[in-house]
Amino acid sequence: MNGVHDMGGQQGMGPVQYERDEPVFHAWWEGRIYALNRAMRAWRKWSLDTDRHEIELLDPVDYLRMSYYERWLNRLETQVVKYGFVTKEELASGQAAPGSTKSTPALTPATSGRWLSRGIPSSDDPLVQAAFKVGQRVRARNIHPLGHTRLPRYVRGKTGVVRRDHGVYTFPDTNAHFQGEKRQHLYSVQFTASELWGDSASRRDSVYLDMWDDYLEPD
Amino acid sequence: MKALESLLVEKGLVDPATLDALVDTMEHEVGPRNGARVVARAWVDADYKKRLLADAPAAIAELGYRSGQGDHMIVVENGPRVHNLVVCTLCSCYPWPVLGLPPVWYKSAPYRSRAVIDPRGILEEFGTQLAEDVEVRVWDSTAELRYLVLPERPAGTERMTEEQLAALVTRDAMIGVAKVESPGRASDR
Repeated sequence: MNGVHDMGGQQGMGPVQYERDEPVFHAWWEGRIYALNRAMRAWRKWSLDTDRHEIELLDPVDYLRMSYYERWLNRLETQVVKYGFVTKEELASGQAAPGSTKSTPALTPATSGRWLSRGIPSSDDPLVQAAFKVGQRVRARNIHPLGHTRLPRYVRGKTGVVRRDHGVYTFPDTNAHFQGEKRQHLYSVQFTASELWGDSASRRDSVYLDMWDDYLEPD
Repeated sequence: MKALESLLVEKGLVDPATLDALVDTMEHEVGPRNGARVVARAWVDADYKKRLLADAPAAIAELGYRSGQGDHMIVVENGPRVHNLVVCTLCSCYPWPVLGLPPVWYKSAPYRSRAVIDPRGILEEFGTQLAEDVEVRVWDSTAELRYLVLPERPAGTERMTEEQLAALVTRDAMIGVAKVESPGRASDR
């Protein structure tokens, strides 16, 4: 979706606010919400792609106003209700309803090592054909999906060159919506700065994006 | 927030000891010191550097670092003619095993919006001057690949040990917003 999260090339956001000797977490609750998000994802009711899309669905004013971990907290409160872990009433009261079932945590110290080091699956699956070759000129499709996508607006309709084939990866646009992994080749595609931003951009500079087959067409 | 945690604990959905461990790992085990060791090793060991550039996850695992958000990593090398800069314009993708969790500015609107359209302006804000003939490559982490910049080894470090070199390497240099300064010329960041 063409959401406020798709920030590449937006202007007027001001200078970078740098913090010296920044702590890992700025407050106790930030660490807790970080950990709760990871522990709840271990139930495998949603994927990382779904997680990202949930943030994109925030009201745009809230998205810009909230801190990073405030977004995470908001997301988790939405998810635990949406996926049936707790009821709205329980969330509001902070107490389990009398007689509600008690689960066994999906993530425990014994299982967490394996879960947390579990990577995002990719492969060199020879059965999945690559639609493009390294060195080929391609164009990013000018599409505007209403759901999750990892195709930023600033690159749509622009031409670039495939520089590397990363192998086969899950397609986030479908996976985020429980419509299957639709595994396909992922490439590093180089777009020159002048193609993206016009003549005022440096002629030497480029942006490299990782793009799935379904984001590309031959130029 | 406390209410949400206690509710999820009460319902048996999460285990508080696991939460403690998750926080502890991020606060004490994972962080840019890991990445700095990788960089220093690459500076002193040409074979290691070759392996790192060819297959970053395997080379990084040689030093014992591994976890999610880093299984598919690519290390990009800075040199006299090329400067690399990493961003995630859509969210906050970052190479956790070698850099830890990203700083707030990396996840913020100013950095995410401008890194792709005005990388040289961003670099100037960080006090990083590049000659006009240097090529800037911006890596927008749109997929599950994570990028780490291998900074240039600064002049005047020929006699330094690997450990001393690692102490010079900053998080910002491994994101690509800064260079590694020669010893005694540490930047004010």
